[in-house]
Amino acid sequence: MANVTTAIKAEARDLNFFYSNGARALKGISMPLYENKITALIGPSGCGKSTFLRCFNRMHDLYPGNKYQGEIVMHPDNTNVLDAGVDPIEVRMRISMVFQKPNPFPKSIYENVAYGLRVRGENNKRIMDDKVEEALKGAALWNEVKDRLHDLAFNLSGGQQQRLCIARALATDPEIMLFDEPTSALDPIATANIEELMVELRSKLTILVVTHNMQQAARVSDYTAYMYLGELIEYDDTDKIFTNPGRKETEDYITGKFG
Amino acid sequence: MEHKASVLENLADVRAMIKRHKRNDTLFAAIGLLCLMLGLVTLMLLFWQLIADGYPKFSLDFLTEFPSRRAGRAGLLSAWVGSVLVMAVTFLTAVPVGVAAGLYLEEYAPKNWFTDLIEINVANLAGVPSIIYGLLALGLFVYMLDFGQSILTAGLTLGLLILPIVIVSTREAIRAIPVSIREAAYGVGATKWQVVYDHVFKYSYGGILTGIIIGMARALGETAPIITIGALTFIAFLPPSPITTEPPFLNFEWLSSGFTVMPIQMFNWLSRPDHAFHVNAAATGALIIVVTLLMNGAAIWLRYKIRKNIKW
Repeated sequence: MANVTTAIKAEARDLNFFYSNGARALKGISMPLYENKITALIGPSGCGKSTFLRCFNRMHDLYPGNKYQGEIVMHPDNTNVLDAGVDPIEVRMRISMVFQKPNPFPKSIYENVAYGLRVRGENNKRIMDDKVEEALKGAALWNEVKDRLHDLAFNLSGGQQQRLCIARALATDPEIMLFDEPTSALDPIATANIEELMVELRSKLTILVVTHNMQQAARVSDYTAYMYLGELIEYDDTDKIFTNPGRKETEDYITGKFG
Repeated sequence: MEHKASVLENLADVRAMIKRHKRNDTLFAAIGLLCLMLGLVTLMLLFWQLIADGYPKFSLDFLTEFPSRRAGRAGLLSAWVGSVLVMAVTFLTAVPVGVAAGLYLEEYAPKNWFTDLIEINVANLAGVPSIIYGLLALGLFVYMLDFGQSILTAGLTLGLLILPIVIVSTREAIRAIPVSIREAAYGVGATKWQVVYDHVFKYSYGGILTGIIIGMARALGETAPIITIGALTFIAFLPPSPITTEPPFLNFEWLSSGFTVMPIQMFNWLSRPDHAFHVNAAATGALIIVVTLLMNGAAIWLRYKIRKNIKW
């Protein structure tokens, strides 16, 4: 089981989620995210893994009628990010997100990375330049774009755009980074780059990644959770899930008999 | 051998079928082109006739002379100045109100029966005949608010008339922005206003501008509501200048001045028995069409220019 020496960064406690049409998309999920570890969410389409991920930064708040029940508690401050009294903007400042398809703003490379800082009111050009450079280096993109920081982000390739989105999420020093199938729109080489990057980022922050690609979960993650129909079927060390799963359903999914 | 023969026969059938189906492509393309030409050629002929009829009046004098009882000396000065001033009032009222309303409806308003009702009404207003706006303005602006038969009344009336166009085009331009871009902005911790100001507005203003220009072009040619509120048809003076040489350099008396606009001047000349005035009317019509086309052209160019850097 989980290594007891690592701290828990966040944990879901009996989390239920209802979409505005009343559908219950998550059923009583309890699960930890260990600090400086990568946790992968796997499961067939529609199992609720993206829904679960988007609870962490209150993305569901953008659409009226959605309802959370239960808690997602962040440590060490014990803040329940789902609490109605906690501003979702505060949550998103601590937990950033990388989306399924690269979604850079139609602005320059520099402005894309700097946007999170601008939102926080940062105006000092020196600090901004440093932070942008640091974030682009952190996202392994600096060498490719350092001479054209003021070019439009759309001129980058798909893989570069996704790394730019990672840099944008990184620039504000988040505690947790959420990845929602970050490589599903990318070719194998770009995918390998992103995976390598995630493993490097682990030393700085805690990562939760949704993936439909089991090999990807096995390659990059430390812990894996298998979800099915809104329920958490099994959560364990990635090695254990992929070599000796405790539940028959997990084994069927992993071996391709199902899903 | 037998098997091979049947394959070949089949292939011949398939080719015949594809050929048959493709005939419909050609047929539809031909019909479509015909319909397009019907509209375009009719318009071109009308435009050409206006130009041919109005040709003798194409000179700078036509723009610098007041109307006159003698057709040869009559000019458009009071009419085009009136049009420009009325357009200014229309722009200053319809644009801020329309854009703000569109932004609010799209970004801030809760989705409930009340906003649905507003939405249906805005869409319907866009289809209300313009003379109804004229009647409304006559009751509201001229009599109730006592703005008189003035430039202010006309500008406000046309502003109301194009308000639905501005609102609808604002909303459509905003809706074209993908959800993923909004989520990206919210995802880094932006507030609603930051998302609206930094992204929604910046990426949609090309479309918004297009809607504004098309609305203004429509207002420029409107006649019925202006006649209803009582614009003058023969006017040989200019409204007081908005800019003065003495402080505070701005003068708002022009707002309450009587006025005429180009389509009314055209209507007036056209209704005279003397054929010489019809030449003036044709020249005015040609001018209105040219300005309208220029405005629409500018709208297309601006949209292209602004959208060039945005791909989704």
